[in-house]
Amino acid sequence: MARPAQPLVIRLTHWVNLVALVAMAGSGLRILAAFPQLGEVSAPYRWYPFQGDPPPAPLTLGGWLAGARHLHFVFAWLLVLNATVYAVYFAASGEWRERLFWPRRDARSAWHTVLHDLRLRREQPAPVGLYNGAQRLAYTGALALGLVAVLSGLALYKPVQLHRLTAALGGYDAARAVHLLALALLALFTLVHLAQVLLHPRTLVDMALGGHREEDGGGSP
Amino acid sequence: MSAEGRRWFLSRGLAAGGLAAAGCLACDPSRPSRGLLGLSERWNERFQRLLFDPSRLAPELPASAETPPGMFPAYKIGDFYPEAPAGWALAVGGLVERPGALSLADLQRLPQTRLRVRHHCVEGWSAVASWDGVRVSELARLVGADPRARYVEFRSFEEGYYSSWDLESALHPQTILAYGMDGAPLAPEYGAPLRLYSAVKLGYKMVKYLSAVAFLPQRTGGYWEDQGYEWFAGV
Repeated sequence: MARPAQPLVIRLTHWVNLVALVAMAGSGLRILAAFPQLGEVSAPYRWYPFQGDPPPAPLTLGGWLAGARHLHFVFAWLLVLNATVYAVYFAASGEWRERLFWPRRDARSAWHTVLHDLRLRREQPAPVGLYNGAQRLAYTGALALGLVAVLSGLALYKPVQLHRLTAALGGYDAARAVHLLALALLALFTLVHLAQVLLHPRTLVDMALGGHREEDGGGSP
Repeated sequence: MSAEGRRWFLSRGLAAGGLAAAGCLACDPSRPSRGLLGLSERWNERFQRLLFDPSRLAPELPASAETPPGMFPAYKIGDFYPEAPAGWALAVGGLVERPGALSLADLQRLPQTRLRVRHHCVEGWSAVASWDGVRVSELARLVGADPRARYVEFRSFEEGYYSSWDLESALHPQTILAYGMDGAPLAPEYGAPLRLYSAVKLGYKMVKYLSAVAFLPQRTGGYWEDQGYEWFAGV
C-alpha cells in the first residue's frame, strides 16, 4: 500500500515540535539572560563570544526569570511527550529505515548532494527514496541534538539527584554550555531547513497534507 | 448568510475566541503560580519529589574547587545587609515537644557538620564554599519535632524574608543551619549570624539572617516563592 510521504503521526509531531521548540528556545534565552555568562563565576570561558551580553529581548519569552522557567518546564513536558510519540511510531512503523543516516548506505549520497548543492559537482546525485544522504544526515543530526538538549537540560535541572549525568557532561557549567550549544546548532539546522523548504515548497505541502511517496529504492536498509 | 449559518459562525467564533483567551489566562508568565503554569508547577513538584532520594548526597568537593575569596556572589533582598539584633537567638517552635530559643553558642555546642558542595543559583551561576553548621535534622531531634509536621518554615530577622520547605529536604544530611563559611564566622554578606544552607535546593530557598525555625503541618510560602518563583526548587 502506498504510504504518504509524510505519515499523519510524523506530520502532527512535526508541528507540535515546532511549537515546543520555539517556546523552549525563547524561554531558555530568557533564563540565560539572568546570568548571561558561561563558565565558573571566577573563570568565564574564553571561547564564548557573548560573555555578559544577554540575548536580544525580542528572541526571549516569559518576560522574567520565574515566568520563563515555568514556561520552560511546561513545554519541556510537551517536547518529551511529543518526542516519545514520535520515537514509538518511528521504531514501530519502520520509518527509521528511510530517515536515519547509515554511513555505509548514505555517506556517498550525502557527499555528492553537498557538492552538487555547492555547485562543485555538476552531475545530479543518484536518485534515492524519500530522502537523500544529506537530508538523512541533517535530520538524524537534529534528532541527536534534541537528545543532547534534553539530557543536558536534565543535568541542569537536577545536578544533585542526577549528579552522575551532570558529571558525565563535564559538570554543571559545562552542561550549561552544552545546553546552549545544542540550541545554537538546532537554530542553525532550522535556518538551513527553512532555506531548503523555500527552495522546495512541495515539501511544506507534504508536511501539511501528507503527499505521495515515490517508492524507488526506499526501504532498503 | 442564513440565520443558522450566522449562528454557527458566531458560536464557532466565540468558542475560538474563548479558547484563545482561556489559553492566555492559563499561561501567563507574569503570574506563574496560576493557571496552566501553576498546574504544571504542582505536577513538576511531584516529579521532583519522585526523583528526590533522601539518602543521595551531593558530591563533596575538594578545597581546590572553592570559589576564590570574594567571588562567591552575595545577594541581598533590601538595600543593606541587615545586622543581627542585640541578644540574638534562634526561636524554634511549631509542632515540637520542647520549643525554645538557642543562642549561637548553644548551636555551636551541637554536633558540627561541614559541607563543601556546589551551590546552584536559580539564575544559572554556581559557586563552591565550605560551610560549617548544625544539621536541621539534629535540631529536629533536639526539640522533638512531631512527625505530623511535614513542612519547615525558616524566618529571617530581615522584614518579609522567609521560606518554607518540605520536611524531607529540610532533614537531608546536607541541609544545615550554617554559622561559618570557609573556616571563618559567617560574614554579613552571606547571612550572619546564622543562615540556612543546603545541597538539595536552589539558592533562593536558603534563608539568611535566620531568626526562627518552625515545624508546621502545612506549607507556607516564601519571599521569592510569593513573587512566583517555584516553591519546591530542588536540585
